Amino acid sequence: MTTTTPEVPLPALGKPVSKAENAHQKLSNKWASLAAVVIAVLWTIPTAGLLISSFRPQADVQNSGWWNFFTNPHVTLDNYRAVLHGSDTDLATYFVNSIVITLPSVLIPISIATMAAYAFAWMKFPGRDVLFVGVFAMQIVPIQVTMIPLLSIYANPPSYPGWVPTSFVDMVGFDHAGHIWPRLAGGDAPGGGFYTIWLSHSIFALPLAIYLLHNFMREIPGELIEAARVDGAGHVRIFTRIMLPLMAPAIAAFAIFQFLWVWNDLLVALVFGGGSLDISPLTVRLAELSGTRGQDWHLLAAGAFVSLIVPLIVFLGGQRYFVRGLLSGSVKG
Amino acid sequence: MSTGEKFVQMTIAIALFIGVVALVMFLADRVKSRRGEVLQTTAFVLPAVLMISFGLLYPMVRTIRESFRNAASTGYVGWDNYHKIVTSHDELAVLRNTAFWVIVTPIAATAIGLVYAVLVDRARFEKFAKALIFLPMAISLVGASLIWKFVYDYRATENPQIGLANQVLKWLGFDTYRFLLTEPWNTFFLIVIMIWVQAGFAMTVLSASIKSIPDDIVEAARLDGVAGIRMFRFITVPMIRPSLIVVLTTISITTLKVFDIVRTATGGNFNTSVLAYEFYVQSFRSFDTGLGAALAVLLFLLVTPIVIYNIRQMRKLEAR
Repeated sequence: MTTTTPEVPLPALGKPVSKAENAHQKLSNKWASLAAVVIAVLWTIPTAGLLISSFRPQADVQNSGWWNFFTNPHVTLDNYRAVLHGSDTDLATYFVNSIVITLPSVLIPISIATMAAYAFAWMKFPGRDVLFVGVFAMQIVPIQVTMIPLLSIYANPPSYPGWVPTSFVDMVGFDHAGHIWPRLAGGDAPGGGFYTIWLSHSIFALPLAIYLLHNFMREIPGELIEAARVDGAGHVRIFTRIMLPLMAPAIAAFAIFQFLWVWNDLLVALVFGGGSLDISPLTVRLAELSGTRGQDWHLLAAGAFVSLIVPLIVFLGGQRYFVRGLLSGSVKG
Repeated sequence: MSTGEKFVQMTIAIALFIGVVALVMFLADRVKSRRGEVLQTTAFVLPAVLMISFGLLYPMVRTIRESFRNAASTGYVGWDNYHKIVTSHDELAVLRNTAFWVIVTPIAATAIGLVYAVLVDRARFEKFAKALIFLPMAISLVGASLIWKFVYDYRATENPQIGLANQVLKWLGFDTYRFLLTEPWNTFFLIVIMIWVQAGFAMTVLSASIKSIPDDIVEAARLDGVAGIRMFRFITVPMIRPSLIVVLTTISITTLKVFDIVRTATGGNFNTSVLAYEFYVQSFRSFDTGLGAALAVLLFLLVTPIVIYNIRQMRKLEAR
């Protein structure tokens, strides 16, 4: 998709309209300006209301609307203190969980997808195009479709088939049940059960990541690769020395997407976290508080902003890459 | 687990991953000749293909099979689960709500995003104005639902209000209203949340598309005396039509899978459940895996044509 305006020389037919005049014309239409302002206000006020409430004392929040803050300004950090470290909310723990879930869930799929994208773009092997279309087609699978079977494999890994000698199975089988790999779900699972979430997020990210990175990689001129090949560089060297630096912006774009997706996810954490609060991220805890403490708006407001601050920083910091990714179709469902 | 242990586990996982990748890369690089090529290709492609087969392809096949089996997956029941979806009163309500979501959200979000993109295009505070609409895209749907739940908060008319929506009603002299409880309009008040989130996406894509309309076309139209609404209707909209379709279809796909909003705002009560949420309830609350699988397959069937159409439009757009 073209994102830049081509510099088209204005036809000499009439008086060229300068950008300033153009803007003036638009703004002079007061209905248009009014509509823009109304939309902007409607889009901002709900967030502003909750943000203001998060800094008001509990009694104020529960007995008067946040708009009274402007006539009766009391500011406190108590809500944040309570929500982060209070024994019944303890969001600090869930904040840690969110970080622990998110970092591997971004790093792993992006590494694997970049490698696969390179292979699909620049390596020659039989069945390449068919395989690529297959990967690409997996984008249509909603993650819901995969959840019941995935969960059951995580909880109950396959066992060795019958023809494998029992003595061997006893030696290498896991969980005293002869499983091929250890159970990934449950309290005694390796990594406390985080592996199910990391793995699921990584898998779900792959089709779109491979497709997008492949598109970017195809844009890199083939002569560059050929020249390196002639100089005797293997694929590994071309990939690490030439591709990765050139791909940095595209990788950054997808990394931001994946970060926001994982950090903001509720469904995957809920299903694969098995409801164990020990490994649940902020979103799961907040959704739960919204049900159990639905009227404690001083806590919910502060809690909401504890969960929003990180994605907002990432988003504002990487907006350039984010918009670029958006325009090339990185929207996942 | 303590915080320290969690970080240790995370570091182990990352180190393990990087270690394996580095080792495989190193080994693949060592082996020269024809065999080396094969080894390198395998090292690059196999992890992704294995993960996708294990985590998407195989589960999909199994879910389709599961959807023809009973609740505990102990026997074959034919089309019973699907039959239940299209006949049971509750499931029909779910389908109806899903239809509302998928029809209203894309149209409203795209319309608002488009109008806003045109209005602020080349205005003085364009960047800032866009950021305001765009920010909801960065936050979780759980966060967005909380923000709006607070707006909708209900208290009896005579009490002081803390929800903005009811305060506005009160200022206008109306009684306060249970936005999230009153059927059938509560579904639409939930849809508002999704529109609020998605309009920013529509605006960003459409704004880029508007900026790529060649200046000479706009100039020519202007010289012919086209301006204002007519410029919008006869020049802007036709020129960005492909982007409009991509935006509409993308939002439809996202909306079909909406889950977080319904769960956080109403928990699917008061007749607000939708397909993706009903799937979750049947699969992981009622443990009716057969019905849950059938709902997932239905979701899959509904999404597929839109995704295919969406991708085809996107490729057309890229080819331009």
